[in-house]
Amino acid sequence: MSDPVKEPGPRTETVARTLLVAFLVSLLCSSLVASAAVLLKPRQVANALLDMRRNILDVAGLLQPESDVNELYEGIEPRVVDLATGAYVEDTDPESNPERALVYLVRRDGALSKIILPVSGYGLWSTLHGFLALQADGNTVADITFYAHGETPGLGDFISKPAWRELWRDKRLFDQSGNLKIEVVKGRVPAGDPLADYHVDGVSGATLTGNGVTKLLQHWLGEQGYGPYLRNLQRGDES
Amino acid sequence: MSSAAKRALVDPVVDNNPVTLHVLGICSALAVTTSLLPSLYMCLALTLVAALANAAVSMIRHVLPSSIRIIVQMTIIASLVIVVDESIQAFAFETSRELSVFVGLIITNCIVLGRTEGFASKNPVGLSFLDGVGNGLGYSVILILVASTRELLGAGTLLGYTILPNVADGGWYSPNGMMLLPPSAFFVIGLIIWGVRSWKPAQVENPEFHIHEVHRTDVM
Repeated sequence: MSDPVKEPGPRTETVARTLLVAFLVSLLCSSLVASAAVLLKPRQVANALLDMRRNILDVAGLLQPESDVNELYEGIEPRVVDLATGAYVEDTDPESNPERALVYLVRRDGALSKIILPVSGYGLWSTLHGFLALQADGNTVADITFYAHGETPGLGDFISKPAWRELWRDKRLFDQSGNLKIEVVKGRVPAGDPLADYHVDGVSGATLTGNGVTKLLQHWLGEQGYGPYLRNLQRGDES
Repeated sequence: MSSAAKRALVDPVVDNNPVTLHVLGICSALAVTTSLLPSLYMCLALTLVAALANAAVSMIRHVLPSSIRIIVQMTIIASLVIVVDESIQAFAFETSRELSVFVGLIITNCIVLGRTEGFASKNPVGLSFLDGVGNGLGYSVILILVASTRELLGAGTLLGYTILPNVADGGWYSPNGMMLLPPSAFFVIGLIIWGVRSWKPAQVENPEFHIHEVHRTDVM
């Protein structure tokens, strides 16, 4: 059924003709790609936003299957924190200012019940993006989730496994004198470890991913990060 | 439907299957087949791209200078793949996560370029379109077979619904974790190819080498 053997005539093979065809194909293809990107952008942005809200609700322990994410999310109060002083500020565009960062507050019957801090940092291969949920005392971990990462499947991806998230529950960040002690250790936390309250099991073979989590938490919970804000909370002046 | 059209559509499903006969498109068949749903999206994406790329290349086959024909075909395929990828991100966000780069990698899928260069550049538009659909279907049949096997044996589910209740949830089935790792896809595809070639011995290739019996006297 094929055409008789195609003998491209001399007219199709000239330089001008070649350039013309190349130009027209590129023009057509680029307009196709550009219009798809522009037309579908709003939907993709909405999807990404919905996904982020779902992750926040998840780490807050509020996610219920079968209910509307946006409706549940209305119970979450995003606030902007000035990292240096730890005080709340009004800022409509905190993303562009490295001195400011978002926190998400969960209230129950008017009283603060949980604080959710967005955290991110390098693992072994990739940047880890996650949320850390704390109890209202600003020191007890409620949950942690990493919703985007590119760590080794089967090893480093333990950071997104429910079983590992479970280990974080009720761990403490700071000791009595306010030093940051939270750490993902190499392998299992030994029985009788005096720092068991601050140590979380790592996975042997994925030590660097665990170190990445430790480092990013040390950064975000330290003086460069939410440290001052958490001190304010621990002193009890939640505004 | 004329016999040629029927042949273009049906042949690639079994008799001229791109995966089992030509052994093309294996990388994606290994990567996305851990569960059925992403595989279905992958099949849909590849079938769409193969059909539309074939039609587009066939449409311009008389004006296409042969010196740039491969890069023009790549441009058309790449544009279609981007459109499909963006659409999946817009309409099936969760699945787009699991598919990650593999929809983008349809650009380098040998099946698509193989059909545009091997078929669409010599055949009329309608027939080329059907050939693209046919090859997409051939790829899909294998992908769905592999993905169903892997999801069923690896997780005890199909499309997320429990078929074999797991021991962990109080059932009787102990999932075979290896099925969720890439090597198992090799085994499953290998078994399928073996099965198809036993059923249709015409697909068995002639050996490229014959191993001669070596006698001690030859060596000396």
